[in-house]
Amino acid sequence: MSDLKHLPLKALHEAQGAKMVPFAGYEMPVQFAAGVMAEHQHTREKAGLFDVSHMGQVLLPLSADAALEALVPVDVIGLKEGRQRYGLFTNDAGGVLDDLMIARRAGDLFLVVNASRKEHDIAHMRAAIDGVQEVTDRALLALQGPLAETALARMVPSVADMKFMDVAQVAWNGVELWISRSGYTGEDGFEISVPADAAEGFASALLEMDEVMPIGLGARDSLRMEAGMPLYGNDLTEEISPIEAGMTWAVNKVRRAGGDREGGFPGADRILNEMQNGAARRRVGLRPEGRAPMRGGVPLFDAAEGGNQIGVITSGGFGPSVGAPIAMGIIVSAVPADITLYGEVRGKRLPAIQTDLPFHKPDYKR
Amino acid sequence: MKFTEEHEWLRADGDVVTVGITEHAATALGDVVFVELPEAGTQVAKDDDIVVIESVKAASDIMAPLDGEIVEVNDALADNPGMVNDDPMGEAWFFKIKATDLSQMDEYMDEDAYKEMID
Repeated sequence: MSDLKHLPLKALHEAQGAKMVPFAGYEMPVQFAAGVMAEHQHTREKAGLFDVSHMGQVLLPLSADAALEALVPVDVIGLKEGRQRYGLFTNDAGGVLDDLMIARRAGDLFLVVNASRKEHDIAHMRAAIDGVQEVTDRALLALQGPLAETALARMVPSVADMKFMDVAQVAWNGVELWISRSGYTGEDGFEISVPADAAEGFASALLEMDEVMPIGLGARDSLRMEAGMPLYGNDLTEEISPIEAGMTWAVNKVRRAGGDREGGFPGADRILNEMQNGAARRRVGLRPEGRAPMRGGVPLFDAAEGGNQIGVITSGGFGPSVGAPIAMGIIVSAVPADITLYGEVRGKRLPAIQTDLPFHKPDYKR
Repeated sequence: MKFTEEHEWLRADGDVVTVGITEHAATALGDVVFVELPEAGTQVAKDDDIVVIESVKAASDIMAPLDGEIVEVNDALADNPGMVNDDPMGEAWFFKIKATDLSQMDEYMDEDAYKEMID
């Protein structure tokens, strides 16, 4: 445990009753005193504050936009100042190396990458881009939920004017906050990068508000699953293409067949071909019929007995807002969408209905 | 009442022993969303995994603390697994086992020893 890295808000989390666990090399709060279920519901109804400081924050010079574009199937060159876009680092085989957020600001490009992949991603970018700078002196918080704007606007009034995927650099108490209107819960909300030495004061001011409760990684996972959002390492991997993962929307128009800057990213041959001709597998939402959760790794079959294994659960658990188990899996595309699938849990095949994603419809401020 | 290192409690009434999990275990598990119980009439051996309990976070097993026959299970848990968090030491018992050898109880802790273990 001694080589676990600690984050700026450790003391505050412990004062809030956090249960800390190791996650991606960091000691992180998995839940607070209220527990995963209550934290999840609070985020859907009011506002939840998440510490995601373990994630990687990276700055690139504006001049690197074309070089970054060569690593992702995203329109980085056309990204407007003050806006953010979802992106994927792809590999030559058309799989996914990580997913990330890319923001264009007045003076630079600001990226947020997954904690478990940040060393990889930084090396990957440095091999192709000059001036890649990891930000190590800032915490990253997310404030998510229908009352997130109400709460944050008390401290930073201008956030009320931001729309979904806007980014802004805003002064607060003598420091600069880097704010985006985005998140990983399927709720309206913000992600806020704050200098490490101001993070506790900033987080405490939010937590003092009636609407705001601290939320751990447990509820972060159930919220993102209900929102149908993939988790890198589970639903997105080096073997699963973005098209198989149902992320076709993340391949921006100018990078698609017939676009002005068609292709030109790793694995473009496979990815553009799958867009044209269909992919071998598809990501599917699943509603297990009973109460037993089907978690990542559960094999999926096309029959209650015999039949064939046609896929695997990539993420699954209990959906507190759905009030039932939910799961996502990757299955052979040829499997009809209207047949019941069977997940093998503890040696028993249990039925699960295929369903559209998300399980919980987002309510973003567009 | 006796307690196991696996955070089960055992309450004997003659040779029928009621088994559940402790408050400490229920809190550590978090919100329980699924409980799978054995069928009444099942013969079990000490340390067999006989109950599956899943919280929002993870799945765990509960072992038979004694050799014997499962004579009754708490079916209410299947429909209302959250009972395990609300009343783990009372309403949310898991099963009753007719012990083959009640002296197997002797190796388990009394309440003071259990409290010392979890502190």
